[in-house]
Amino acid sequence: MEESHQYEGRKFVIGGFVVVVVLIYMVRLFVLQISTDDYKKNAASNALLKRVEYPSRGIIYDRAGRLLVYNQPMYDVMLVVSEMKGLDTLDFCRTVKITREEFDQRMAEMKNRNANPGYSPYTQQLFLSMLTAEECGVLQEKLFKFHGFYVRQRNIRQYGSTLASHLLGDVGEISQKELDRDTLDYYAAGDYVGKAGVERYYEEELRGTKGVKILLRDVRGRIKGQYMGGQYDQKPIPGKNLTLTIDSALQALGERLMQHKIGAIVAIEPATGEILCMVSSPTYDLREMSGKQRRKTFSRLFLDPHKPLYNRAVQGVYPPGSTFKAAQGLVYLEEGIVNTSTLYPCPHGFRLGRLKVGCHGHASPISVVPALSTSCNAYFCWGLYYMMRHKQYPDADSALTVWKDHMVSMGFGYRLGTDLPEEVRGFIPNASFYDKRYGKGRWTGATIIHIGIGQAEIGLTPLQIANLGATIANRGYFITPHLARRIEGGTIEERYRTPRHTSVRPEYYDIVRQGMRSAAIGGTCHFLNTMPELQACGKTGTAQNKGRDHGAFMGFAPMENPKIAIAVYVENGGFGATFAVPIGGLLMQQYLQGKLSERNEAVAERISNTVIHYGLQER
Amino acid sequence: MDSRKGSSLFRSIDWVIVVLYLILVAFGWVSIYGASYDFGTTELLSWESRTGKQFVWILCSFGVGFVLLMLEDRLYDMLAFPSYVLMLLLLVATIFLAGDVKGSHSWLQFGPVSLQPAEFAKCTTALALAKYMSTYGFSMRNPQQCAKMAAIILIPIVLIIAQRETGSALVYLSFLLMLYREGMPGAILYSGFCAVVYFVVSIRFGSLYFPDGATPVGPFAMLLTVPLSAIGMIMVYLPERKSVARTILLASAAALLLGAGVDYFVHFNLNYVLLGLCGLILLYLAYNWLAERSYRYLLIGGFVLGSAVFVYSADYLFNSALEEHQQTRIRVLLGMEDDPTGAGYNVKQSMIAIGSGGLSGKGFLNGTQTKLKYVPEQATDFIFCTVGEEEGFIGSSAVLVLFLALILRIIALAERQTHAFGRIYGYCVASVFIFHLLINVGMVLGLTPVIGIPLPFFSYGGSSLWGFTLLLFIFLRIDAGRERR
Repeated sequence: MEESHQYEGRKFVIGGFVVVVVLIYMVRLFVLQISTDDYKKNAASNALLKRVEYPSRGIIYDRAGRLLVYNQPMYDVMLVVSEMKGLDTLDFCRTVKITREEFDQRMAEMKNRNANPGYSPYTQQLFLSMLTAEECGVLQEKLFKFHGFYVRQRNIRQYGSTLASHLLGDVGEISQKELDRDTLDYYAAGDYVGKAGVERYYEEELRGTKGVKILLRDVRGRIKGQYMGGQYDQKPIPGKNLTLTIDSALQALGERLMQHKIGAIVAIEPATGEILCMVSSPTYDLREMSGKQRRKTFSRLFLDPHKPLYNRAVQGVYPPGSTFKAAQGLVYLEEGIVNTSTLYPCPHGFRLGRLKVGCHGHASPISVVPALSTSCNAYFCWGLYYMMRHKQYPDADSALTVWKDHMVSMGFGYRLGTDLPEEVRGFIPNASFYDKRYGKGRWTGATIIHIGIGQAEIGLTPLQIANLGATIANRGYFITPHLARRIEGGTIEERYRTPRHTSVRPEYYDIVRQGMRSAAIGGTCHFLNTMPELQACGKTGTAQNKGRDHGAFMGFAPMENPKIAIAVYVENGGFGATFAVPIGGLLMQQYLQGKLSERNEAVAERISNTVIHYGLQER
Repeated sequence: MDSRKGSSLFRSIDWVIVVLYLILVAFGWVSIYGASYDFGTTELLSWESRTGKQFVWILCSFGVGFVLLMLEDRLYDMLAFPSYVLMLLLLVATIFLAGDVKGSHSWLQFGPVSLQPAEFAKCTTALALAKYMSTYGFSMRNPQQCAKMAAIILIPIVLIIAQRETGSALVYLSFLLMLYREGMPGAILYSGFCAVVYFVVSIRFGSLYFPDGATPVGPFAMLLTVPLSAIGMIMVYLPERKSVARTILLASAAALLLGAGVDYFVHFNLNYVLLGLCGLILLYLAYNWLAERSYRYLLIGGFVLGSAVFVYSADYLFNSALEEHQQTRIRVLLGMEDDPTGAGYNVKQSMIAIGSGGLSGKGFLNGTQTKLKYVPEQATDFIFCTVGEEEGFIGSSAVLVLFLALILRIIALAERQTHAFGRIYGYCVASVFIFHLLINVGMVLGLTPVIGIPLPFFSYGGSSLWGFTLLLFIFLRIDAGRERR
């Protein structure tokens, strides 16, 4: 008993030991739980799986509300390798119509962590992509036999018709370059984005906003439910639907008339700048650019010497030929180089010393209205010649600068700013361009005489030519041509609602309108005279070329209160009146009257079936 | 049984411990519910779920506790030896009858219920120890009695190791704490403590060298402590011979200075100096022993010799006595190896789970790391993770404080016993709880090696809950009857 009391003090040693241990453990708890965030982050990356929820892409309609582009469900076959057991490989291959070799190859690709960094045997991995509903239906019936296989739905683009492929554009998997440009980090590899046309231009509106579902993932990668009952989840916001300005009937007629030919058509509603049709020929079928076949189709089209992927309406830079005379006439009138009574001689052409620009037979001398109507080359050459040496300008350089500024105000030389990412600016030469080529003060109007008739250096896109027509129709202003008519839950850009006035006064436009009207009644555009009720105005163009001439037409109708302005450009189409004028006239009738007359139906059929042979030269 | 006896029993039970017990058991059950809760399933008391089973175990343990309190306290005294022998037989039988559960042969299957006799053997061993050490005339100075006492502890250890339950066997080492209270020289605990430190430091810093390039840091630091320990022991056990301590101190300082001076010019392993110093100290102690005939010199000399040998054999022990997976566990614990998928995985995940709890935790049933099975054994050995993740710093500290209160209360009750039997048994109970708390929570916090022993009242399992209930309530009953002795 005494002995035990001797050691009673040791209870403090033992008790103290326990207290110290508990204190050490509490300090350790403090270090782990409060002094650092590392473990919290570690825990989140352990257990939380953020699964992206894809929104449906906006649907695209034409101006009448007809479906142009919509979504179609496709099915991906997913595989969880760890759940796969007792697979009848032969049966599976037969069901999804692949060979045994393809099966093995696909399996190896999927398991290769270099090609598929997210591979885990416990989570769903993409095994086969984009099966159609029919293909998937067959699989789904047998799915119970194939343990570990799942089907995932995903939307791809589908098209109401083969029309308007260029302006609609395709949708494809995002490229590395596009990912690098995505500074907001919205996209992830494998996402689908608009690759061309309005699909690309309106990508942000059409795509919607991805949502996210935060899921709990267990140690083996299996999903065990939603994090915090889904309160931090974000629902995907579907893309906005887009109504285009395109008139499908007009577009269809344009594409029909342009088949077997290379070229472009653009029609604009002058009052609004809405693009009624935009044809680029040759064209392709967007349906072949969707889903599984995209890669194959793309490389075929990319290598085609006729460049069907190229949207000639906004990417093709052509010499406008005589259609440009309307713009020249406007500048000469505005600058006072000519007035309605100014006459220039045309002895079958423009002659100055050894310089000669040929013309065809018509009365001479000639004033501006008949010059436009007969498309007299000499008149516009003289105008340019005199403008470049006019004493109101210190020298030819400043004269050309004035000329260029007028041209730019009409929408040439720079991108118009239409809602197509492919649009190019064309070319309008300025003084320094010629100074560089010929030397400062070493060139005159005579040196550059061919730009007077829209040849040589002048390069316009068919859209710019059509816009010239719209500007003349409007007597001096245009609204930037555009394809978006309505964005559901959004507004179209300000510039597509604001008129842009040119630097030429409206009264001069009246003179040019008269010239174009008389071209339609008794001049080069005689096809238009077969439809007097359209009150059409027009200007042909024939651009000289290495091969056969390019045929062009620029016009609008009706003369009063115009409803449609058109540019037609047919590569190697010969004289403008051969194909370009009838095509323009047929489109005018279609748009203004809703259908073609019986006689014109025959014309349309004939033009449509006419094949222009093109060599395989670089284009 | 008359009503007066019942009411006096009711009054003499220590309700503080009963309340602490109830709180811990309830907290434990909630944690098991959290740990085995699977997102999406809701059955609370189904027999299929661990929560439901544990609920039944808890009800049973209440029954056990009640019955234990109702029995005569003399019964425990009387049954101490028979129950100990019976338990030894059961342990032997278990070795042969038990099936293989994760490499361990310690579970006996009774229909749907399996029991682990090792959990109950703690209680019978404690009773037997208390009984034997409280017999009249027992003295720890008597080597024969001491050997018998040691045998009572060692037999179950051997049998449990034979069942491949090393963790449970180590628990019996905690009785050293009780022996210390009963008069075992502190030097033994100190030697044990030194052994652990020598081992850890020698392994951890064995391949790190001082700038002289010849002296490994680990052994040097440890050998340096040997003369200091010797001096300390002389001061404690031979307080009248301070001159001996002073001589050793001076000799050590001189040897070190000399060694360091030579090392400045010619780099050599300074540990040889220290070893030589230890040899000199040994000779000096032997001389004193011959001169004064005090066996204490011999014991101190034994400590010095043992220390030097142990420091140099730690490496060998580590590599040959421990199995591969145990070596890895220790290397990972000492931060010498990073093995996040293997041995380090459990501890790393358990630290992530606890660390992600923050101050107030993620909330009940909101723990992601434990629910999603990132932490292995989350309902059993790693149950403290669930507390840490869901209840945060506040909750886990509260658990530690509750255990601290329970242990200190048991110590207090043990000290108020009028008879050695009760006191010794009480200290046995306290020691077992201290060991489980130290090792289990330390392991979860990454401070002690991974040794698979449960956290009392928290870890899932009937055997461990009943075992601890048995330990505690027998002590409560003995304490309640202390007045009559």
